[in-house]
Amino acid sequence: MFFHKYASPKIFYGFAGKLIPWFAGVTSILLAIGLYQGLFVAPPDYQQGESVRIMFIHVPAAWLSMFAYMVLASAGAIGLIWNMRLAEMAATAAAPIGASFTLLALVTGSLWGKPMWGTWWAWDARLTSELLLFFLYIGFMALQAAIDDPKRAARAGALLALVGVVNIPVIHFSVQWWNTLHQPASLSTINKIGAPAIHPSLLIPLLIMALAFTLFFVTLLLVRLRAEILHRERYTGWVTELVKP
Amino acid sequence: MNWSEFFAMGNYALYVWGSYGAAALVLIFNMLAACRRMRSVRRELQSLTRLNRAESE
Repeated sequence: MFFHKYASPKIFYGFAGKLIPWFAGVTSILLAIGLYQGLFVAPPDYQQGESVRIMFIHVPAAWLSMFAYMVLASAGAIGLIWNMRLAEMAATAAAPIGASFTLLALVTGSLWGKPMWGTWWAWDARLTSELLLFFLYIGFMALQAAIDDPKRAARAGALLALVGVVNIPVIHFSVQWWNTLHQPASLSTINKIGAPAIHPSLLIPLLIMALAFTLFFVTLLLVRLRAEILHRERYTGWVTELVKP
Repeated sequence: MNWSEFFAMGNYALYVWGSYGAAALVLIFNMLAACRRMRSVRRELQSLTRLNRAESE
C-alpha cells in the first residue's frame, strides 16, 4: 500500500519537512482573515454584545482540544495494533499541543463565563469533562516521561489515551445529557427553517478560525514529529549520516 | 467606529482582549516549545556523533 512508504520514519522526515512551510503559510493567511473577520466584520451579538467575539477563540480551541485528542488516541491505537513506530511518535508529538489548547479553551471559557454567567467557574458537566480532558493530556505526558523504554512508554501511553476516549462523547453531549450552565452547540443545532442556529455573519469567522487552529495544530505536529523521529532513530545510520558535519 | 471604541469592546475589554491575548500566548508558546525541542534533539545528536568519533579514534 502507498502509505507504507510514508510510514517509514526516514521518508516521512523528509516529506514532513517539505510540507511544513506550506501548512505554515496557509495557517498564517487563515489566521489573518479569521482575526479580521472576527474582530472587525462580525457584528456584536444582540444579547451578548461585543463579548461574543470570545467565541472565535473559545470554540476553535475547544474543538481542537478534542480533535487533537482523537488524533493522539488514534495514533496510539495504530501504534498498539500494527506496531507502527511513526504512529507512536505522532501520539507523543500531539500531546503537548493538545494540552495547551485545552488550557486555552478553559481559560477563554472562564473569561467568557464571568461577564455572561457571573462566575469564572462552575462544576458543570461541560466544564468538568473539559477539565478532565486536560488532566488526561497531562497524565499521558507524565506517564511517557516516567518510562525510559520508548516502546513501553508508547504502549502505556496509548492504553491510557484509549481509556480516555470515553470522555470525548461525554464532553460533546454533556450539554444535552445534563442540565448545564453551558449553552448548547451552535453548529450542529438546526433551527426551524433547517439552517444552523448561528447566523452566517458569526458562523463564517468561526469556521475560518477553527480551520486556522486545526492547520496550526497540523503544522506544529509535523515539526514535533520530525524532532521525535530524530530522537527515536538517533542510533540509526540515516540519522547519523544526517547530522554529520 | 473609532479606535477607542474598538479597544473598549463595549465594556468587555478585559474579557475579549484577555481571550485574544491568551490565544496569542498559546500560539507563540507552541512555536517556541516545538523549536526548542528540535534544538535539544539536534544537540543530543551532535554529542552522540562526537562520542562515536572519539570511540573510533
